[in-house]
Amino acid sequence: MAKKRTIRTIPQERTPMAERAPSDRVRGFMEVACGYTPDEAVRESERCLFCPDQPCVRGCPVGIDIPGFIERIGEKDFHGAYDVLTDTTLLPAICGRVCPQETQCEGICAVGDTLAPVAIGRLERWVGDMAISEGWTTSALIEPSGLRVAIVGSGPAGMACAADIAKAGCAVTVFEAFQQPGGVLRYGIPDFRLPNDVVDAEIAKLARLGIVFRCNTLVGRLFTVEQLLGEMGFDAVFIGTGAGTPIFPGIPGESLSGVVSANELLTRANLMRARDFPAYDTPVGIGKRVAVVGAGNTAMDAMRTSLRLGAASVLCVYRRSKIEAPARAEELHHAEQEGIEFHWLTEPVEILDDGQGSVCGLRVRRMELGEPDASGRARPVAVAGSEHEIECDTVVFAIGTNANPILGQTSALDLDARGYIKVDEDLATSMDGVFAGGDIVTGAATVIEAMGAGRKAAASMKRYLGLTGGDVPYDSEPTEAMLFGFASHQRTYARVLVA
Amino acid sequence: MPVENATYEIVRREDFSDVTYLLEVRVPLLARAAQPGQFVIVMSHPEGERIPLTIADFDREAGTITLVVQAVGKTTMEMQRDVKAGSHLYAVVGPMGEPSHLGAKKVVCVGGGLGVAPVYPQARAFKEAGAYVIGVIGFRNKELVFWEDKFRAVCDEFIICSDDGSVGIKGVVTKGIERAVAQHADIDRVIAIGPPIMMKACADLTRPLGITTIVSLNPIMIDGTGMCGGCRVKVGGRTKFACVDGPEFDAHQVDFNDLMSRLRRFRADEQVALESWQRACAAHSATAAD
Repeated sequence: MAKKRTIRTIPQERTPMAERAPSDRVRGFMEVACGYTPDEAVRESERCLFCPDQPCVRGCPVGIDIPGFIERIGEKDFHGAYDVLTDTTLLPAICGRVCPQETQCEGICAVGDTLAPVAIGRLERWVGDMAISEGWTTSALIEPSGLRVAIVGSGPAGMACAADIAKAGCAVTVFEAFQQPGGVLRYGIPDFRLPNDVVDAEIAKLARLGIVFRCNTLVGRLFTVEQLLGEMGFDAVFIGTGAGTPIFPGIPGESLSGVVSANELLTRANLMRARDFPAYDTPVGIGKRVAVVGAGNTAMDAMRTSLRLGAASVLCVYRRSKIEAPARAEELHHAEQEGIEFHWLTEPVEILDDGQGSVCGLRVRRMELGEPDASGRARPVAVAGSEHEIECDTVVFAIGTNANPILGQTSALDLDARGYIKVDEDLATSMDGVFAGGDIVTGAATVIEAMGAGRKAAASMKRYLGLTGGDVPYDSEPTEAMLFGFASHQRTYARVLVA
Repeated sequence: MPVENATYEIVRREDFSDVTYLLEVRVPLLARAAQPGQFVIVMSHPEGERIPLTIADFDREAGTITLVVQAVGKTTMEMQRDVKAGSHLYAVVGPMGEPSHLGAKKVVCVGGGLGVAPVYPQARAFKEAGAYVIGVIGFRNKELVFWEDKFRAVCDEFIICSDDGSVGIKGVVTKGIERAVAQHADIDRVIAIGPPIMMKACADLTRPLGITTIVSLNPIMIDGTGMCGGCRVKVGGRTKFACVDGPEFDAHQVDFNDLMSRLRRFRADEQVALESWQRACAAHSATAAD
């Protein structure tokens, strides 16, 4: 390590990251944030104090050795930085872009007590991007275990679980219902925030670990979870099927033409490429003045996508205030820069019909913040006599999702009262050999939380399968359990180098 | 892309008329899993739309499913032109939706327009389950009739209706239902599949008679797996998702006006897509003629 740094000796300003100008970027789906140059990355790495306490590592849901990879950047050992990162996350280019760092690693960074915190997310992204452009891969030694694992859903939870369990020597097949893998990274998060090329590159890395992706496969209906473990011969299953049906608030006018969920809008625009309609066949039918209800990341994505699809104006309607908005700070900031009109403390009560079955406006009322509710956030209370109308021709709801019912309909898995899959502290479901994680267990959460759940499930699965290989921090004491009549040391291994 | 997908080979195509065609697709796993009442989502090429199609038949031995398609818009017209025996679809995913609930003793299976083919596996399943099956199938005219033999083989009674009277009863399918209920007092189920306006008419007819009536709804869908919410319908005053809660619902609870209004959501875009494709086709054939 370089000579002892102090808060006075490090660069005082956080290294800015180049961004496309708002006026320029709203015309297309090019990525907004351009990423660091190598010099910028090295400079920002010099802002880390390497404090002994390492709060950032605790703040990371998957426990990345953050000072470790930052130190390698400072030494210009960029490949080394990548190796440190990929000990814990296989998807740095994705997590660097979509994690809410301000509430995780950067939120408790010691530098942040005095100055702006170290730009950990930007550095992670920079290393991930470098690995993609240089073609680096993790050089894992994989010992085939002879075991087969099925992963249901190719989103962040499934990808993370697949990576760990493949590194432990299992033959992994990932099943995806859509025509392309990636889950929410593909259909949900838009290109201007997470380019599809990055998703492709990360999936290609998983494929180099021997992981097979099968798309157009609706598990539960095409075959059941029971069949995976039975006639199909898988030894364990991970379920990471993601978000369920979108919530609509139950106000008059929801079935009018021009009312959509954010999931539908984003899936049309991203996965189905409606932004290139009619060269691609899927339309999106966005209007000129779009009201998005909600203020989470999905809402921000829906607003900024609407702008890029040609809406003249886009407004955000949220019943709490800006402070309570659940979106990542950078997304909110970008949305403001791009000219989104924010209507804080405003709740829709009715969607107005133009007389032809289409939306012509939104009737809303003003809210005030009252006492904290069950979520710990101030409860919004309607202000009497505050109803008024907002003109718009499209209304997008981004107010959360319910559980997806398909696996509950088609398997004997135990569900909780709200329909989510019940798991124990090891993410084991009620069915032997079946683990679950991500939105299908917790309800809507973040990409990194889903990845964390995928990794934790992989660790549990390895214990269940009696595997001791791989390098997962969640692993407790290894077991020598008998499996299919063989102790794990009796199984024959062939060492292969996956380059 | 490191993806190993199934291939979706067309093993047979049959044209019933200048707008209606049958595709038999080799998808062994899907053929094994399919149940009456379920549907698939098809993409004909990577730039295409995802379109929901009800499974019109399945052959578990041959590993094929049968789809009957009406060329009504850009995607289905393009498929009519391009998809042939030996060619492959880009994606077929399913089976989707909850299977039909059998368990009635005397059933009228009603099909009209797009719904003729999808009602067939239901009629067959009811027959196999031991029910007395009355088929009521509507066509515009005699020339458009298809699958009469297939229906007769699984129906105890079979009634054809035609708009112009060129075959069977003159009139829409409700005339056929009226005849069936006049002759049988113990009908305990009506299954109606077809255009929303037809299903609404069937529901209106059977509501005062108190006969349980099931319709299969085909709203606009994207994923078909309970994620996008595009296929939401109002049933009994509540929001339901046709892809995971349906596609079959109690006809007497369905808000058909809402369904019809939502089916028109993309009419302007659909016209743009069709015209842009037709212009491209015309330009292409003009070039080819040079």
